[in-house]
Amino acid sequence: MSQETKVIEKHDVVIRFSGDSGDGMQLTGQQFSDTAALFGNDVATFPDYPAEIRAPQGTVGGVSGFQVHIGEEQVKTPGDYADVLVAMNPAALKANLRWAKKAATVILDVDAFTEKHVERAGYTVSPLEDGSLADYNVIPVKITDLTIEALKESGLDQKSVLRCKNMFALGMIYWMFEESVEHTEAFFDIKFGKKPAIASANKLVLKAGFNYAANVHALATHFKVAPAVIEKGKYRTITGNKATAWGLLAAAEKAGLPLFCGSYPITPATDILHELALRRDLGAKTYQAEDEIGGICTAIGASYAGNFACTTTSGPGLALKSEACGLAVMAELPLVIVDVQRGGPSTGLPTKTEQSDLLQALYGRNGECPMPVIAASTSGNCFDYAFMAGKIALEHMTPVVLLTDGFLANGAQPWLIPSMSNLPEIKLRLAKEGDDYKPYARDPETLARTWALPGTKGLEHRIGGLEKMNITGTISYVPENHQVMTDLREEKVARIADSIPEQEVFGNPEGGEVLVVGWGGTYGHLYTTVKEMRAEGKDVSLAHFNYINPLPKNTEAIFARYKKIIVCELNLGQFAKYLKSKYPQFEYKQVNKVAGLPFTVVELKEKINALMK
Amino acid sequence: MSEINYTPKDFKSDQEIRWCPGCGDHGIITSVQKAMAELGYPKESWAVISGIGCSSRFPYYMNTYGFHTIHGRAAAIASGAKNANRKLNILQISGDGDALAIGGNHFIHAIRRNVDITILLFNNEIYGLTKGQYSPTTKLGTKTKTSPYGTIEHPFNPGELCIGAQGKFFARSIDTNVGLTAEILKSAVEHKGTAVVEVLQNCVIFADGAHSAVTDKEFKEDRQLVLEHGKPMIFGKNKDKGLRFSSTGELEVVEIGKNGVTEKDILVHDARNPNPFLHWMLVNMKAPEFPVALGVIREVEAHTYDEALDEQIEEVKRISKIHCMEDLLNSGDTWEVK
Repeated sequence: MSQETKVIEKHDVVIRFSGDSGDGMQLTGQQFSDTAALFGNDVATFPDYPAEIRAPQGTVGGVSGFQVHIGEEQVKTPGDYADVLVAMNPAALKANLRWAKKAATVILDVDAFTEKHVERAGYTVSPLEDGSLADYNVIPVKITDLTIEALKESGLDQKSVLRCKNMFALGMIYWMFEESVEHTEAFFDIKFGKKPAIASANKLVLKAGFNYAANVHALATHFKVAPAVIEKGKYRTITGNKATAWGLLAAAEKAGLPLFCGSYPITPATDILHELALRRDLGAKTYQAEDEIGGICTAIGASYAGNFACTTTSGPGLALKSEACGLAVMAELPLVIVDVQRGGPSTGLPTKTEQSDLLQALYGRNGECPMPVIAASTSGNCFDYAFMAGKIALEHMTPVVLLTDGFLANGAQPWLIPSMSNLPEIKLRLAKEGDDYKPYARDPETLARTWALPGTKGLEHRIGGLEKMNITGTISYVPENHQVMTDLREEKVARIADSIPEQEVFGNPEGGEVLVVGWGGTYGHLYTTVKEMRAEGKDVSLAHFNYINPLPKNTEAIFARYKKIIVCELNLGQFAKYLKSKYPQFEYKQVNKVAGLPFTVVELKEKINALMK
Repeated sequence: MSEINYTPKDFKSDQEIRWCPGCGDHGIITSVQKAMAELGYPKESWAVISGIGCSSRFPYYMNTYGFHTIHGRAAAIASGAKNANRKLNILQISGDGDALAIGGNHFIHAIRRNVDITILLFNNEIYGLTKGQYSPTTKLGTKTKTSPYGTIEHPFNPGELCIGAQGKFFARSIDTNVGLTAEILKSAVEHKGTAVVEVLQNCVIFADGAHSAVTDKEFKEDRQLVLEHGKPMIFGKNKDKGLRFSSTGELEVVEIGKNGVTEKDILVHDARNPNPFLHWMLVNMKAPEFPVALGVIREVEAHTYDEALDEQIEEVKRISKIHCMEDLLNSGDTWEVK
């Protein structure tokens, strides 16, 4: 352990923190990520945690991980494999070694490698003894003992003392990356402002870890990642769920309407509701309903009465809301339905990511029931697409589905703070007192109807789920009228294509050999893959979609310019199926994965290369 | 409180009413239009929100704002509408299937939250629109199309369910008694919070006479007790019957002037008592042993969800440093890249 420290300058480094789900790995990872971002690195994170709040201690099922990718260039993914792995016990090592690069630095708490824990993790022989770690740069540290030692005069009970051991590991990592402990110290002062003993214990252990690493030269490698060259301006860290909540709030402010969110808690969407619940100061009305159906129905009621309404959910919740989605389509009321996709079907993999709700969002309703569907593609642009979902809903008088996913929702990135004045206007279609109001008369361009809010004198009218007579909105069973109204509803959604931007292509927009097609949360991985393949001289371009229904108007023209189209998505091929139905003249090759995990750049390259042959 | 001089006709829409001839709904809509005219709130302040069923056609026949929604969800949609605009008077229309079967969850939770809406529950003890299946209020043993050998399940008593869900207002009327229904509705609308009004409604086609044990002319005066706050619980053709507690603590019917019973022995109705014990006993009285309780049975003040939401928003706005999105976007940890 006494070798000389060598400094490795790197463009980017991936660090993975892992431990029991009670070990505070999410907090540790987030602190490292924030500190690196403050230093100026670009950052992407990937929390990977079990559905159980506290699974049995020391078991592989209970391992919680947090991966951070830092770089001196823009990082678009949390990284495939880790350069540094922190494992707080044998189970964490067992679950995460597969995510470490060969020769990666592996920091272990050796105190946790007792016979009992080794066995509970599913090892027959301790991995410290069987030679299985020979290819790695293993740094065994007595983290538990050293934490206890550091806090022996703190007066804290054993449980509180052991809770600080994640900070020992973080202190070591800070030294290793030449980062300062200041940001985390300040964090504890605020977080435990009312419990100064806990705050100072955490700070003490953090410092102890930092000094230990410095004094014993335990860490042979020492990484240096220069600050990234990124767009100038004011930044903050944001997760996808927070960005979604803020995008909805921004749309409400632009529209000049109170935001109403009727929702029911569901992983991984609940953080949006948490965030909105905080915002009473902006007049946000959150309503925790009795069930998913109550969530969307209160939102429909609020929309009917003139608020900007939304409901937030995940796949199983969207299934429950489908009948009410139909009511919003029929009543032609503005509404945003956020689906933070997770592994399915049924309860599936609640904390894991997937893109398998696309067809449900597009088609999962009774009758001919078109709804616009848009998808965010980075944690940060969840803000933009939540805003756009609101704009489309209000200007076109329609429910809109916004798809995000568990990966975007929980991932964090440095985010250039937008200015409200740069966001587009939202023009409401409100009827006024004195208007000759016809509930289903339409704008000739967009086919959107006009919104007459209850309370407005002289505009009393009735709407509902029964088929409406064109223009007047009275009940109608006339066969020809049902045809007319069905066609109008379809056409209204199709015409949204006139007000969304054209699809962009990264790489060679003029055309070429291969067009990789993706949508939603896989953007970072697909972009990085295509960028690296192009650097290797391959003729590959990327069309990554955010607007799904309707598709951008130039989609067909783009597809025609490439010899091969490869659709990559985290499902069995739902977007490919949809594209086939829209543009059957093209052949769509597919790369699919349903493992509850994002793609890796390595596997994408391998599969795309194979399909190029 | 008449602000504007309306007549019931002002609340009638131009749509032809399509309920069956003789249906109890005709009487109920007359009562509603009468109550609205007498209350005098501006016509545009009313939003009539219904679910699905025969009665849920109601909004189309009203010249107010109206929303005919989906089966069971009216309470949720009404709750959302009220919280979006507290100035609205929300009248929810539901049948026994709509409110208590498919919509049971929304019904109890709207009541628990005490959102300021009026729920008008048409109880005909049958599914009419789907042509004659038993409902959650159908009496045990009744033969219907889905219970050809008689039902084998215990029915709900809507009043009991309402009180169980911490209901603050419950009243009961009969479809044909337009005067009573209109009076009750006015109290329900003026009550701050969720007000449940059950109307015993007759379906002439599929459950004709379901309430006849209470409503038939020959014994209705002996089987109906119209409660009024502060008045003794007296009923009967000769106003000589009343309710009191028996020696075992249960309700019993006694005759005034017999066995030494005087009017002073008769219980006095206190609708405003927060303790629901006696209200619960009253809603559960069944003919012929007891009269069926009508009128406003329970009317207790409590804070409403929508007013608490409003107050909380005002309070947080007052103390928060964040007043607009620009403040929020720039709050907390930020850093400058130069």
